[in-house]
Amino acid sequence: MQTHQYDVVIVGAGGAGMRAALEASKGARTAVISKLYPTRSHTGAAQGGMCAALANVEEDNWEWHTFDTVKGGDYLVDQDAAEIMAKEAIDAVLDLERMGLPFNRTPEGRIDQRRFGGHTRNHGEAAVRRACYAADRTGHMILQTLYQNCVKQDVEFFNEFYVLDLLTDHDLTTEDIEDGAEVNATGVVAYDLASGEIHVFQAKAIIFATGGAGKIFKTTSNAHTLTGDGMALAYRRGLPLEDMEFFQFHPTGLAGLGILLSEAARGEGGILRNADGERFMERYAPTIKDLAPRDIVARSMANEVREGRGAGPNKDYVLLDLTHLEPAHIDAKLPDITEFARTYLGIEPYTEPVPVYPTAHYAMGGVPTNVKGEVLRDSHNVVKGLYAAGEVACVSVHGSNRLGTNSLLDINVFGKRSGRSAAAYAQSVEQHLPIPEDPTARVEAQLAEMRDRPDGERVAEVRQALQETMDANAQVFRTQESLEQAASDIRELQKRYQNVSVQDKGTLFNTDLLEAIELGFLLDIAEVTVLAALNRRESRGGHYREDFPDRDDSNYMLHTMAYRRPTSAPDAADGHVEGYFDHVEDFGDYKVVLGSKPVTQTRYEPMERKY
Amino acid sequence: MTAVMESSADAAARPEAGAVASFDVTLKVRRFNPEVSEEAYWEEHTVTAHGTDRVLDALHKIKWEIDGSLTFRRSCAHGICGSDAVRINGRNRLACKTLLKDVNPDKPITVEPIKGLPVVKDLVVDMEPFFASYREIMPFLITSGNEPSRENIQSQADRDRFDDTTKCILCAACTSSCPVFWTDGQYFGPAAIVNAHRFIFDSRDEGATQRLEILNDKEGVWRCRTTFNCTEACPRGIEVTKAIQEVKRAMITRAF
Repeated sequence: MQTHQYDVVIVGAGGAGMRAALEASKGARTAVISKLYPTRSHTGAAQGGMCAALANVEEDNWEWHTFDTVKGGDYLVDQDAAEIMAKEAIDAVLDLERMGLPFNRTPEGRIDQRRFGGHTRNHGEAAVRRACYAADRTGHMILQTLYQNCVKQDVEFFNEFYVLDLLTDHDLTTEDIEDGAEVNATGVVAYDLASGEIHVFQAKAIIFATGGAGKIFKTTSNAHTLTGDGMALAYRRGLPLEDMEFFQFHPTGLAGLGILLSEAARGEGGILRNADGERFMERYAPTIKDLAPRDIVARSMANEVREGRGAGPNKDYVLLDLTHLEPAHIDAKLPDITEFARTYLGIEPYTEPVPVYPTAHYAMGGVPTNVKGEVLRDSHNVVKGLYAAGEVACVSVHGSNRLGTNSLLDINVFGKRSGRSAAAYAQSVEQHLPIPEDPTARVEAQLAEMRDRPDGERVAEVRQALQETMDANAQVFRTQESLEQAASDIRELQKRYQNVSVQDKGTLFNTDLLEAIELGFLLDIAEVTVLAALNRRESRGGHYREDFPDRDDSNYMLHTMAYRRPTSAPDAADGHVEGYFDHVEDFGDYKVVLGSKPVTQTRYEPMERKY
Repeated sequence: MTAVMESSADAAARPEAGAVASFDVTLKVRRFNPEVSEEAYWEEHTVTAHGTDRVLDALHKIKWEIDGSLTFRRSCAHGICGSDAVRINGRNRLACKTLLKDVNPDKPITVEPIKGLPVVKDLVVDMEPFFASYREIMPFLITSGNEPSRENIQSQADRDRFDDTTKCILCAACTSSCPVFWTDGQYFGPAAIVNAHRFIFDSRDEGATQRLEILNDKEGVWRCRTTFNCTEACPRGIEVTKAIQEVKRAMITRAF
């Protein structure tokens, strides 16, 4: 075991983690711990752009951007946070440009901007050009630029270290903590993949920037490594997860594969068509058509397929048509995604439409934070010294459906904010708080137990079964019945997980062992996702219940808060609302209790969502 | 459970319409585990693959269904994160971007770690020397004077000047395909030069002279023997050799 002491420890080296590191390391001794080399992070897979009301190519302002974000999220967005994000977007883009990001340019040499789903002029009149972009590799350029600046600033990285535990001075899973009482995060425990050694990082402030959990689904745009580690660790340590039922399905995944084709394809003029060649989005969103928000487009596509208008021999996908665009325009603006179509499906997008179907893409929910990035342990109390930013967090700027480009924005705005808050807090604290006497006990026991199990079931079998039930039962369309099926499947899989075994018993680069640990995270995240989805008997944004097709503001205009508690804990959590946010699910050795948190509303009254 | 969801779940498991049907493929993988033996060896496994499957899918099949100890890096699985550069039938490729049907699956497909970097275990190499070279060429925008209050102005033509080299994903396929790098690990290698190029030819940057100084070193650009292995290896289609030539020319003419 090795022990390290830092002022600030950042877990995750994607966009949010590195943006935080650039701030924190200016004034505090900072380490970034990442299970991947920083440039492998999935921020690099983001394609289309990052919105900011720069008004470089047409009239625009941050208020319109705020409104679009709130409406796009079906009014479950915390409006104060959305306003901060839209305002600070402008500096976030300019910061990146000055750090070196090679944006595409206007004829005047300014940052160019293009259209994106749900981003409109004057509260929905027409699509607006707001997305700043670098071809269709904007995320790649953001990740590279942030890493380059981390090199410049000499940020310290611990690469291929898996954080497997969060240390706190109170056990939130068992202790009864009073309102207003102080709870502190004191460090993390990490596993060095290369050596198999355990490292303890004691820190005054910790930032979780671990990204999403798309691998709970089978068809997903997400990397193999997006297993919800940060969410699951917080949840297991007694912290709530917010709005986990809201998962975004990106409309245009390569059919059958799930590989992302950017919404920029439609921003640049691409059109979705059904088997009859009909531009079906004209029926679902008459004003902005193919550029409606993702939840609406994904549902419309799935509906076309369900009603028999799907394309292909099995009528199970729709077509993304770029054939009317000039090949030179496609090459300049969409080179990567057209190459994906060629490489993986053998389709030439110049002349043939590309088969597409919705793919699991983004978790709107996550670890609850306030606008400073501080993590909440219930609806209002913060955990001192603990921060979160990016997809792992729920601020909530995305509400029930994130607009395209707002994730690259989120990581930059709230990455920067959490980095600043964490460094300022660390500087205000004189000494490190003591960590538990045997800080690695839990992790060492968990790893040893997993490694020493007798031959049992394979990790991949259980993972595949999980992903299949999630795709079948908790995807674009959901019902009580489908979700109950998923819940009971997951219960069964949790039991089977107790008997999975690994074949690699070694200490060096044991990815077999880590895949087994990651599967545990996936199961916990899938479980809470499904329970929250069962509880929300309304349809809003990315969560569509066929048995409750309408939005129900009078009963569900609240964030879901899910707590994992010992079976002896009370059956009501903070924000308990009888009949609506009162679900309790017993799992034998623990139970999940649902509560709620108010939605912050400032200037926008919820309205019917039409495009 | 709704009917449409069942069909989409099935669809994901089926080969794409018009694609090649299922076939058996044998992978001959270079194995090495220093905890067990200092000797590397070849191991063959035959798995069933679908028409759209990539080499990474076959590696996963082996790891997930046959031998969990097979070790390799991967993340995004669609050619953008740069984790899984390996040697496939003697050529550097990304395992996730190489379709099995395109590498003659009738014969065993050899998969081995990229060359010139120390092998840690199976297909995993120590990337640190590679990243150290990258860091040395100062891969960040260098400017002086006051920052502009808005963005720096740059024409699209100036932006296009270095477009190709901004595509680099640092997978090391180029550097580890270079015969000079194989024999002299001190050589900066193509990837570091590509990333120097990305800044040298950026009209906003003022650090070109310093970078050219670094690359004028005896382990710098002059070691390049223009074998074009790097260009052929690049999974992002970057004209690597051309970029190196441009850096050489800039060193002589001091024009950039």
